[in-house]
Amino acid sequence: MKIRTLAGSVALVALTGMATWADPAEDKLVINGEIEMITHTEKAPDYIEGLSEQYSGWHFRDADTRDMERDDFDNPGMLAVDAAKEVWNTADGTEGKSCASCHGEPESLRGVRAVMPKFNEAKGEMYTLEMYINDCRTERMGAEAWGWNDADMVNMTALISYVSRGIPMNVAIDGPAAPYWEKGKEMYYTRYGQLELSCANCHEDNYGNYIRADHLSQGQINGFPTYRLKNARLNSIHSRFKGCIRDTRAETFKEGSPEFIALEVYVASRGNGLSVEGPSVRN
Amino acid sequence: MKRQTIWGLALTASFASAAMAEIAPGDVVYDEYGAVAQSLTGQPGDPARGAEIVSNKSKGNCVACHQVSALPDVPFQGNIGPALDGAGDRWSEAQLRGIVADAKKTFEGTIMPSFYKTGPYIRPGDGFTGKAPKGDLPPLLSAQEVEDVVAYLMTLKE
Ligand code: HEC
Ligand code: HEC
Repeated sequence: MKIRTLAGSVALVALTGMATWADPAEDKLVINGEIEMITHTEKAPDYIEGLSEQYSGWHFRDADTRDMERDDFDNPGMLAVDAAKEVWNTADGTEGKSCASCHGEPESLRGVRAVMPKFNEAKGEMYTLEMYINDCRTERMGAEAWGWNDADMVNMTALISYVSRGIPMNVAIDGPAAPYWEKGKEMYYTRYGQLELSCANCHEDNYGNYIRADHLSQGQINGFPTYRLKNARLNSIHSRFKGCIRDTRAETFKEGSPEFIALEVYVASRGNGLSVEGPSVRN
Repeated sequence: MKRQTIWGLALTASFASAAMAEIAPGDVVYDEYGAVAQSLTGQPGDPARGAEIVSNKSKGNCVACHQVSALPDVPFQGNIGPALDGAGDRWSEAQLRGIVADAKKTFEGTIMPSFYKTGPYIRPGDGFTGKAPKGDLPPLLSAQEVEDVVAYLMTLKE
């Protein structure tokens, strides 16, 4: 693959004058000069047969975009974190409680994002971060559930990621998680839509290459929610999945669907070992 | 699809000595290496239109994956597949027709989409809307568009 990539990128520069290199950028991410991020590992977990090493999507963005993530003052996703901090402390619902009433400071949830999705023993099903948040709202606060892509929801996932930044992703794939993981894996290799493209076609076989203007990453989700310069807002994991499946000329699944929950378990496990990076900056 | 109907049509057409009927996606005959000897329309392809289809985002969008040096004004050419420079030297017209119509018959398991095929697909959508299609999906390119693209590829000589 590497030889083709190199030859390709030389031709690309010659053709379009684009000063880009096709391989992931060799660079190191330290946020605010203090949080050391693991954005690259020499070795993917053994259960991810198709990847030898792992890269965060950060390595595939251009230098300006990478720089925006180095400093919280430059990261537009931090506005969402600030907004969520306010909501965190605001009582809502029939019980008159806020998140802070039960959890104290947001930092008390440090580490939570790194193990999501997680099997919820009490409920007997796989839970994403969004589902835990909504359970707190409906069952403990007597408040209304947020929609998957509501600003309040995405902002809150940004805050909960933010307090875990730097911690390596460590999603469980065994025990009760195993059937979800298997289903997600099957989906990852399914060639959906009229273009018949699987996640693996783009993000395993071709990361580092260009598909039209897009520099393909490994499609990791350690950076979510991601602030995308393209739509100028924070994006949830499931809305990204939806966009990628739509781009294969397929009928997508819905945010929060059993399919996307299973896919999230599997894709998260492909990034086990990479730091929680949300809210990250992408283009 | 309905093999008899199509052959019937072709037969009627040739009896009436009108232009040959199009070969429907399900009736294309591929040889064991994936080449298609017979023109899908019986009409010569138009290389200029072919170049447009190759470049156009909402048509073939071949440049999403392939570089074509002969199209220097088309920005952002991808590098998922090999550059198409010299494709007209490397391949015969029949082979190129087979690759464009259904590349999976030439390159097993390739990422390259099948442009003259109507399924079966897994969860096909209505274009890029993310929704289920209302009726049967037409192939990504029409028979004549495939011929136009093949005619263009034949001009790519080194
Ligand atoms: C047609 C090619 C294609 C397919 C198929 C595809 N993607 Fe993507 N994906 C992209 C592009 C282009 C981007 C934006 C650039 C990048 O990060 O790779 C992207 C981005 C992503 C990202 C964001 C990564 C980041 O760091 O911000 C995730 C996550 C992702 N894809 C997951 C998936 C999953 C899961 C599937 C299968 C359901 C899938 N993709 C299928 C093209 C594709
Ligand atoms: C999603 C990616 C993708 C798209 C879109 C695509 N191709 Fe390809 N194509 C490939 C790949 C990859 C190969 C190499 C075969 C392989 O190893 O799988 C290939 C091979 C070819 C070849 C043989 C290359 C050679 O000279 O050896 C031709 C010709 C070709 N494609 C033409 C086209 C045309 C014309 C279109 C649009 C109508 C197109 N391709 C669209 C990915 C793509």
